[in-house]
Amino acid sequence: MTAPRTLYDKFLDSHTVSRLDDNGNLLLYIDRQVLNEYTSPQAFSGLREASRQVWRPRSALAVVDHVNPTAPERIAAMPDAGGARQVDYLAQNCRDFGIELFDVLDARQGIEHVVAPEQGFILPGMVVAAGDSHTTTYGALGAFGFGIGTSQIEHLLATQTLVYKRLKTLRVSVRGALGPGLVSKDIVMALIREIGADGATGYVIEFAGPAIDALSVEARMTVCNMAVEAGARGAFMAPDEKVFAYLADKPRAPRGEHWERALASWRELRSDEGARFDREVALDASALQPMVTWGTSPDQADVIGGRVPDPAAEADPIRRADLQRALRYMGLEPGQSLAGLPISHAFIGSCTNARIEDLRQVAVVVEGRRVADGVRAMIVPGSTRVRAQAEREGLADIFRAAGFEWRQSGCSMCLAMNDDVLATGDRCASSTNRNFEGRQGAGARTHLMSPAMVAAAALAGHLIDVRTLSREA
Amino acid sequence: MQPFVRVSGVAAPFLAANVDTDVIMPKQFLKGIDRNGLDRGLFFDLRWNPDGSPNPEFVLNRPGWQDACFLVVGPNFGCGSSREHAVWGLKQVGIRALIGTSFAGIFDDNCQRNGLLTIALDPASHRQLAERVQQAETARIEVDLQAQRIRLADGAELAFEIDGLRKQALLEGLDAIGSTLRQAERIRAFEEKYLAERPWLA
Ligand code: SF4
Repeated sequence: MTAPRTLYDKFLDSHTVSRLDDNGNLLLYIDRQVLNEYTSPQAFSGLREASRQVWRPRSALAVVDHVNPTAPERIAAMPDAGGARQVDYLAQNCRDFGIELFDVLDARQGIEHVVAPEQGFILPGMVVAAGDSHTTTYGALGAFGFGIGTSQIEHLLATQTLVYKRLKTLRVSVRGALGPGLVSKDIVMALIREIGADGATGYVIEFAGPAIDALSVEARMTVCNMAVEAGARGAFMAPDEKVFAYLADKPRAPRGEHWERALASWRELRSDEGARFDREVALDASALQPMVTWGTSPDQADVIGGRVPDPAAEADPIRRADLQRALRYMGLEPGQSLAGLPISHAFIGSCTNARIEDLRQVAVVVEGRRVADGVRAMIVPGSTRVRAQAEREGLADIFRAAGFEWRQSGCSMCLAMNDDVLATGDRCASSTNRNFEGRQGAGARTHLMSPAMVAAAALAGHLIDVRTLSREA
Repeated sequence: MQPFVRVSGVAAPFLAANVDTDVIMPKQFLKGIDRNGLDRGLFFDLRWNPDGSPNPEFVLNRPGWQDACFLVVGPNFGCGSSREHAVWGLKQVGIRALIGTSFAGIFDDNCQRNGLLTIALDPASHRQLAERVQQAETARIEVDLQAQRIRLADGAELAFEIDGLRKQALLEGLDAIGSTLRQAERIRAFEEKYLAERPWLA
């Protein structure tokens, strides 16, 4: 009898080329990687300098997403010389090494973590590593994805493997059911607040429980995406019938006999009864309220009915200084209520929340209403395909009629590496994943929340509980 | 990779929690296709005033710590974006080791790949070290990777743990890709069997 194994054990066992010591270090085989224009250049240069080849070019897919403009009219030109050089170099590298590229004008272009699932490029049971921390997103498909740096991209390109050390396992069980107006973003934001921005450092997270089972595949992507903000190096849930149905019509999903064989193998992808986790955390979805961040770290968050904390109440001097710094940066006073805080910008986009379901939720909130005076509101779809679908469904008309800018796909103001940048002092309700200092522009202030909450803030002109919007508007 | 065996120098305190890689290397420095010029970008908004002059408040600009080659940092240092530019920038200003209590996973791996030692101390040792390096007079330390010891100015020693494989790679300045490629045949054999069992991936 073999001991019961976790899903994480199964990912590692099936991908271990060799054990490098008795201490958990492995040579791990990687099924797929996704490349972007800004973390890959030096990796390719490294290969060129050492005259090395790419081990398995078809295991990689490249996409331009971080530096491209998202102006409503699609233009191939990059707004600056640096971005242009990165895009050109990516194209050259893909040509020279035989890697498929979705460039800016490609109808399949978009944010890498939106594009790869919608193409069926990521399948259950895969181990995926890529030069972007939100590679954890793929856990929603029952794959194990994690972010790596440029040196490891180079290692992976050259060897199809990574030297990998086994992590600890954390199971997050979410019971209960989400109330109206609440979405999976609120689950993961509540988790991050609960365990802290380093609460899962050194761990991978397996999500489980009825509230997770009830989520759509896209909603699960939001959870796995943002789990990295708690420090998790990998976050996933066992794939179920919803995942298989999601994949069935994707361009690169297996077909016919291959599909049947794949399905049989995917159904084994779950933690065995009695498998042991290093740590367990439980959440009750029915107790959640819509979440917003007030600080400069994703764990500095509260429910929309909450208030800005008072640093004076913090005993630990380092933590007190961190709090003071966050409030100074955010321009907030202790005790100030979060609802009612005026905003200048609203941004709906990013790999966390710019899929078609997110946009449908936004449309429900904004239909027949207007963005408040003095607020610049933008919607940047997660991929060019999502954009096309939203136009087919009539969502784009609703957004434009409400006064939102309806833009082309890219990372855009999630990290402001292109020309979508906030100015010092701007305050933005944002459906993204990071509220770090300067993330959306030097001196700019970011409040993270669900897409429907961003939409509500855009209409009201201030942070507001989306569930009370109808009464107020 | 530059080997790390035993290094002595000044350690600067930078103890905030959850210092993210956006703060370590802001986005405007990510537009290159090489690794050059990142020394200027390191901690850009903290290190430089809006007019480009050094911010006298920032620890690496203060007398006594300007030549620091170690940073004593707070918990979860390097969280957020995977950008290795953060590590290249630290290397380019001459930082050889970071000493904290915990490091974000991707950042930690990036440090390792660039010969930048990360040391996760137990909280008591970390507090002791942080106190010493707050004063420039006692900020000089020696980090001995072989012995897994930090020696303070007064001769006190702090022991630290490190993964054996990591330690060896740092001591030797190992070329990680080269050593993995010595297993190329094993990888090839694994891959053939793996794909044969999963024809939908082949
Ligand atoms: S949308 Fe934001 S978080 Fe996602 S890949 Fe782009 S920059 Fe990173």
